[in-house]
Amino acid sequence: MRKISLDKINQLFAEISSKSSLYIPVDTAAGAKFEKYDGTKTMSDALNTVRSAKDFFFPQTENMVDFKVEGKNIEIVEPVNEYEDFVVFGVRACDVKSFEILDRVFLADPVDNFYKNRREHGIIVSMACTKPAETCFCGTFGIDAASPAGDIVCHKTDDTLYLDAKTEKGAQLLDSLNALTEETDSSAVDAQKAKTAEIMKKLPLAGLDASAFGADKTMEFFNAPEWKELSEACLGCGTCTFVCPTCQCYDIKDFSTGHEVKRFRCWDSCMYSDFTRMAHGNIRNSQLERFRQRFMHKLVYYPTNNEGIFGCVGCGRCLAKCPINMNIVKVMKKLGGNK
Amino acid sequence: MQEIKREDLIAKAAQLLADGTVDRVIGWKKGEFDYDVTPAVFTSKEELESEFVWNDFCGANFSKYLRKEADKTESKVMAFLKPCDTYSFNQLLTEHKFDREKVYVVGIPCNGMLDDSKIKERANGISSVSEENGKVVVDTLYDGKITLERAEVLAERCANCKSKKHAAYDELLGEEGEVLDSARFDEVEKLEAMTADERFAFWQNELSRCIRCNACRNICPACTCEKCVFDNPASGVENKAISDSFEEKMFHIIRAFHVAGRCTDCGECSRVCPQNIPLHLLNRKFIKDMNEFYGEYQAGAEVGSRAPIVDFTTEDIEPCDAVERGGENA
Amino acid sequence: MQVNGEFKPLIVAFCCNWCSYAGADLAGNNRLNYPAEVKIIRVPCSCRVNPMFILRAFQRGADGVILCGCHPGDCHYTSGNYYTRRRMALLFSMLDYLGIEKERTRVEWVSAAEGAKFAATMNDFVEKITALGENKRLEDLRCKK
Repeated sequence: MRKISLDKINQLFAEISSKSSLYIPVDTAAGAKFEKYDGTKTMSDALNTVRSAKDFFFPQTENMVDFKVEGKNIEIVEPVNEYEDFVVFGVRACDVKSFEILDRVFLADPVDNFYKNRREHGIIVSMACTKPAETCFCGTFGIDAASPAGDIVCHKTDDTLYLDAKTEKGAQLLDSLNALTEETDSSAVDAQKAKTAEIMKKLPLAGLDASAFGADKTMEFFNAPEWKELSEACLGCGTCTFVCPTCQCYDIKDFSTGHEVKRFRCWDSCMYSDFTRMAHGNIRNSQLERFRQRFMHKLVYYPTNNEGIFGCVGCGRCLAKCPINMNIVKVMKKLGGNK
Repeated sequence: MQEIKREDLIAKAAQLLADGTVDRVIGWKKGEFDYDVTPAVFTSKEELESEFVWNDFCGANFSKYLRKEADKTESKVMAFLKPCDTYSFNQLLTEHKFDREKVYVVGIPCNGMLDDSKIKERANGISSVSEENGKVVVDTLYDGKITLERAEVLAERCANCKSKKHAAYDELLGEEGEVLDSARFDEVEKLEAMTADERFAFWQNELSRCIRCNACRNICPACTCEKCVFDNPASGVENKAISDSFEEKMFHIIRAFHVAGRCTDCGECSRVCPQNIPLHLLNRKFIKDMNEFYGEYQAGAEVGSRAPIVDFTTEDIEPCDAVERGGENA
Repeated sequence: MQVNGEFKPLIVAFCCNWCSYAGADLAGNNRLNYPAEVKIIRVPCSCRVNPMFILRAFQRGADGVILCGCHPGDCHYTSGNYYTRRRMALLFSMLDYLGIEKERTRVEWVSAAEGAKFAATMNDFVEKITALGENKRLEDLRCKK
């Protein structure tokens, strides 16, 4: 484990950004967001960014192929994707876990090359939480906010940043920063972890239990009468899906520029009325069905297909952002029977 | 602190349910925390007593839910409407969006709602929000009790409240208020006073945050199209995500334009924006312009009024003069 | 649009079928010159023009958009252009509010007898837009060649 005084953190950022692009969370008028470090930015102390970190690997829109039309010829132009190495600094435990959930979708056969390419070029420096919010419930899904995964794991105390490499990629980056950091033992970090563990127990959602849900429970919940009440107020907007670190549905669309056609993909939301619209019509015609899909996907379908792993990481973004305050916690409590 | 008590609202709803005037009630349902209130339909006194909530976070405007709810059965539905909600209510009636006879409106006074995002900026780990001696007291997980001035965490739209007077009701609880002289156009004027470059930079910064979640559109009581042009694949402008900075401008200009003259300035669009884009500043610009060019008009103040944008006089201002005049007070 | 290193603006002119389009015709019959950069789109009435048309013209590469209709009081459909006048006043004011150059949009009333006015208007508009330069603030980068 290495450490560096927080006064020198800008030197650390300068060093990392001299070799590859570095993204850090910064405070803006609209909450924290990841921005490219340019020497002037300071790291946000906010618990989490408004938008999740999935954008780095699965951006909201992405050009896939262009069709150039000239006369009777159509030329197919594939975009040149030369991704450079980049470092994302300060990713929280929930968001790091979300990458694992996305990996199971995008890296499974058939592999999504756009995603894979970015994943290979990205180095994740995670940051342990010390002050989780009342909306946090990562513990429900077995995530320890105090010891996130990641290529390098950081712990921040009042005056020091502790860095611990967990992967080869991480070790390489950390070694390159040896001139700035010094070796240390893990006592301070262990103390912090113990303290955070105590706080986690006291969080209002600490008792939330997901065990009622999981693989092969489709029939148990699909026709539950509670969906009607739960979905009643849903507006059918896409806020929850777009701030969610694990929502991974997308649509592929063509845009005609007048001289060529750009085929791109963009995030889609199962909450939207035309999400399942096909040539023959729509299979989910009510907001109840759309609403049910989102939560069944996170709590039942995803676990069914992925060895029981839930498709939610408990980051709490949907709790904070839903216009009508309906969210996965309320769904779990209502359907899963826990109070 | 709201002057009317939760118990009074429950008693009123229970009475209307009991005497058969209505068979369901649209109200606010308590959540996990003090601030995450959800609109819900209640059908019994027991339900109301266990889950109904009335506090400083009951901002959601029920007018739009009435559209869906009033069509469901032949019987009446009751809704609690705050003064600002009643303007949206009237506007929807003007557009014949539901049958007035199927709705029983209980007007309730409102002292302004708090903005939970403003509280969250000032307090980490909120365990409860209460009110003591006119101040907002936030109990936190880490910093104990934090006392905030009500004014600093009041929702923007409530700080610039346009009316405490109900534009419609069947029954009113509490005292009738007045139409207020609000400062709601101050921010618009500030922007108008900037140079074009500054305004462009301002809006570029604000609108570039848009994630096209459509929350602003879906919550809007004036957005009632069966199929939005931005959802219609045949329209040529349909998009689910913003691929270019042009598209975010187009979406927001058209969204605001399409509700111009129908927008009551209820402020729901800005409340729900997950990216805190001040969308009300677009709507208010249209309202302000219409007031200046065509005379004062408040959408929803009365049922059946004709909005300036679907009206004309032979002496109207020319478009080129309208732009020149922008920024001045007529 | 850059032609041989020189900026040539692309102008979209929405002209109503009954007055302004006939005015353009008259300009042609009278052999009056106006720049070829002006592309006319004929609409049944100036009030057919949805604000979206104007935005989309900019998206697809227009540097200026002008809307021509019958003089107020002379609308073939009695009152269409009065509605146009209100809509465009509000739209142009909004574009200005967003920091889009106000010179890029214009409404002119041109009757079927005003061929000379049509040509003069177009000459003047093209000159103003040429001086203003390329449309950057309402451009869609994907549509650029």
